[in-house]
Amino acid sequence: MKIAVLFFAYLVGGLFLGGLLAGFDRIVTARMQSRKGPPLLQPFYDVLKLLGKRNIVVNNYQTFCVACFLVFIILTGVLFFVGGDLLLTIFALTVASIFLVLGAYSVNSPYSTIGAERELLQMMAYEPALLIAALGMYWVTKSFHVNVIASYSHPLIMYLPGIFVSVLFILTIKFRKSPFDLSTSHHGHQELVKGLTTEFSGPSLAMIEVAHWYENILLLGFVYLFFAFNPIIAIVATIATYVLEILIDNTFARLTWQFTVASSWIVTGATAVTNLLILTFFLK
Amino acid sequence: MQQISFLLLFPLIPAILLTVLPKGLLRTIIVWFSSLSLIFVSIGLATNYMGSEASFFSIDSPILDKLFFAGEIILSLYFLWRCVGIKKKEMYIPILIAVQAIVMIILELSGKLPKVENAFYVDNLSLIMVLIIGIIGTLICVYSLGYMKEYHEHHSEMTDRSKSFFFIFFIFLSAMYGVVLCNNLIWLYFFWEVTTLCSFIMIGYPKTEEATRNAYRALGMNLIGGLGFTFALFYMVFISKQPTIELDKLIHAGPALALIPACLICFAGLAKSAQLPFSSWLLGAMVAPTPVSALLHSSTMVKAGVFIIIKMAPILQHTTAGLLLASVGGVTFLMTSLIAVSQSNAKRVLAYSTIANLGLIVTCAGVGTYEAIWAALLLVIFHALAKGLLFIAVGTTEHKIGSRDIEDMEGLIVTKPLLGIVILIGIAGMFLAPFGMLISKWACLKALIDASPVLAVLLAYGSAPTLFFWSKWMGKILSVSSKTKELDSRIDANEATALISLAIPTVLTCLLFPLIAAKAIEPYCMHIFGQTVSLSRGNGIIMAIMFGLMVFIPLGFLLFSKKRNYVSSYLAGANVTGSLTFKGSMGLIREVKNSNYYLTPFLGEAKLTKVSLFLGGALILGMFVAGIL
Repeated sequence: MKIAVLFFAYLVGGLFLGGLLAGFDRIVTARMQSRKGPPLLQPFYDVLKLLGKRNIVVNNYQTFCVACFLVFIILTGVLFFVGGDLLLTIFALTVASIFLVLGAYSVNSPYSTIGAERELLQMMAYEPALLIAALGMYWVTKSFHVNVIASYSHPLIMYLPGIFVSVLFILTIKFRKSPFDLSTSHHGHQELVKGLTTEFSGPSLAMIEVAHWYENILLLGFVYLFFAFNPIIAIVATIATYVLEILIDNTFARLTWQFTVASSWIVTGATAVTNLLILTFFLK
Repeated sequence: MQQISFLLLFPLIPAILLTVLPKGLLRTIIVWFSSLSLIFVSIGLATNYMGSEASFFSIDSPILDKLFFAGEIILSLYFLWRCVGIKKKEMYIPILIAVQAIVMIILELSGKLPKVENAFYVDNLSLIMVLIIGIIGTLICVYSLGYMKEYHEHHSEMTDRSKSFFFIFFIFLSAMYGVVLCNNLIWLYFFWEVTTLCSFIMIGYPKTEEATRNAYRALGMNLIGGLGFTFALFYMVFISKQPTIELDKLIHAGPALALIPACLICFAGLAKSAQLPFSSWLLGAMVAPTPVSALLHSSTMVKAGVFIIIKMAPILQHTTAGLLLASVGGVTFLMTSLIAVSQSNAKRVLAYSTIANLGLIVTCAGVGTYEAIWAALLLVIFHALAKGLLFIAVGTTEHKIGSRDIEDMEGLIVTKPLLGIVILIGIAGMFLAPFGMLISKWACLKALIDASPVLAVLLAYGSAPTLFFWSKWMGKILSVSSKTKELDSRIDANEATALISLAIPTVLTCLLFPLIAAKAIEPYCMHIFGQTVSLSRGNGIIMAIMFGLMVFIPLGFLLFSKKRNYVSSYLAGANVTGSLTFKGSMGLIREVKNSNYYLTPFLGEAKLTKVSLFLGGALILGMFVAGIL
């Protein structure tokens, strides 16, 4: 019963909060660029408009893959917010992302193929950091279950500062923000030709958009865990993290994939792995 | 005991019959009949003993001892005979053979061999292996019926020696049963060497210069491992305080007494399972016909290597030597996963991924805790299934499209739907939730973080490149362009049977794995370690939900497909013929060609291999030093 309530709360709340977050993102970004920006609810208007459009596709596999992407992102979020296994959540997130990549591959357009390759490179870049973060949380709380981790009475951030830094680093990739927004980088002068979403339009694009909302809420949930000992601090920290990501997005130019993969692995090694090893040495 | 002797001896009958009788319908009937018999008896043995504690069988027959001794000598003589005319740099091979033969003769003639109480045994681990050999091994044999026929049609310059191929195939199966069922280590060693012999002959099957050299390399490396085995036997008989040549007694002796022979046997296992620095023989084995690769990679040979290492786990648990052994596996997993990214040859990708996954199994076995062994056994089962499936699918694809390059598999889902789907299932089985290998990886991470965080970090890093190389392969198969039309050549019935019979269990394991864990794996951990992991119910349900989604979303798609408008994809200019060609700059008509990233400047095979060989060698050396100290 409790799970069912949480499930529907996430289904509705994730959609609502995710959309608002996207609107918030656009306003803050606009202010940073000295513009006024769209209304807060603009992302909802956008998605509604996309849903009303004709369904134009290159083949059937692509729509199938996008539908799977959305469903698995939601499933991942549900797993996380009902307090499931953190590792399993990460693996489910991987499955979801792979579906998006396969969708991009299936249309066989040069732009979306490059987008797909880059998305995979990005996944390769962030995967170790996510897994090591889960391992670190397990070491401190002795459980992989999100509900146990979230109800841990001490501040996790005190034990896992290095791991938190690496998570911040790879969140830039996950939020598809500059300097690591490689897979959705666009063709000069054309916003429409945008990396792996090039061949998606109308309802399919709306699904991708909504999936990203859910995904962002999930990722912020992950950040929340580090501060979960005190919900108020945690919410403030989560919002601050997102604002920081927007700031980074607006102050950096896009970097190459070589730099993305190498820097993520090195940063993860220097911060998260060091953190984990010190932790396992002192805290048995 | 009857069933055990059947499994050991029965394969010899089809082996001889297939050599004598002509090929054609008769061969098909014999292969089918013997395969079904082996499957039937393997399952029979499993249902009799699965879940119970290890059962031992004693045979008091000095004649058998003599026979095995004679067999070993004949084997050595045969190897020596095959060494006539080898290259200069392969001269180490006859030396290895001679040393092994001398050690074995000293052992036999010294009269110090301890009496063997139980020659054979059955426990859950050997039953898992019996099922893998019995079901996957025989299915690959059925597959070979179709494959070898086409193989010789494609390679008409080669003399058809498929009679000897099937002969060796059944001998191989028999030897594998011997490896997993013998408690007498001298007999086990004999079967161990027979698997080396079989792989040597099978790799050299094409008789090209490359195949011959690779066959000798496989022989040489496995003999280096075999030397470890003979030294272990020598130690156990002459040096050990409690002389024994029985597997169960060795394991019960504990680390204080048995650590050195355990390290030596694990060394033999490392060579057999192609861990660093021995990885090159398995890559070289690719020159052989595909069923050979499928057999070596999934159900036999390399699995014998990890089998014996898993057996040694209780001795290695909590020792420095065990930890170093685990690091050999961990480093192998990381490095070969990285190298696999740079490969476009499908068989080489599969080979590197095999080495990587075996590395993971070795890591778990080296750690040796009950959690780690639980994960290792899951890996053994699921890897055998998915890898056997992938190899035979790639073999058939190679015959149909004339290439084993991943780039040429573009749009396979349309050109050859069955093969496309089967390869997608196999790949999903290798790395995606909720399929088998991912469940095992998950169990591995949990086991490793408890035992050694460094190893868990290796796993975290190593699993990232696996994502990359599997997904880009899946992407290629799904890349549909308008030039891809369905090919009309039919797939041989034997091949299709094997493909489907392996694909279905790969999918079903998503649902059945809690059952497999409860029936086969947990009792083993319980008997060996006194405790076991049991899967939480909630996670099982989540897996089932994921599986359901993967099945029902496509169904829903078929039922409720709305009207869609089809267009061709966006190219870098005006499209000319669909998504196939476009008018680029200067009005030139260009063809669309998309290729995957292989990151060769960063993850070049040559560069990484050097580092990996060094690391692997150093860690093995470390293992021995730690074992002796």
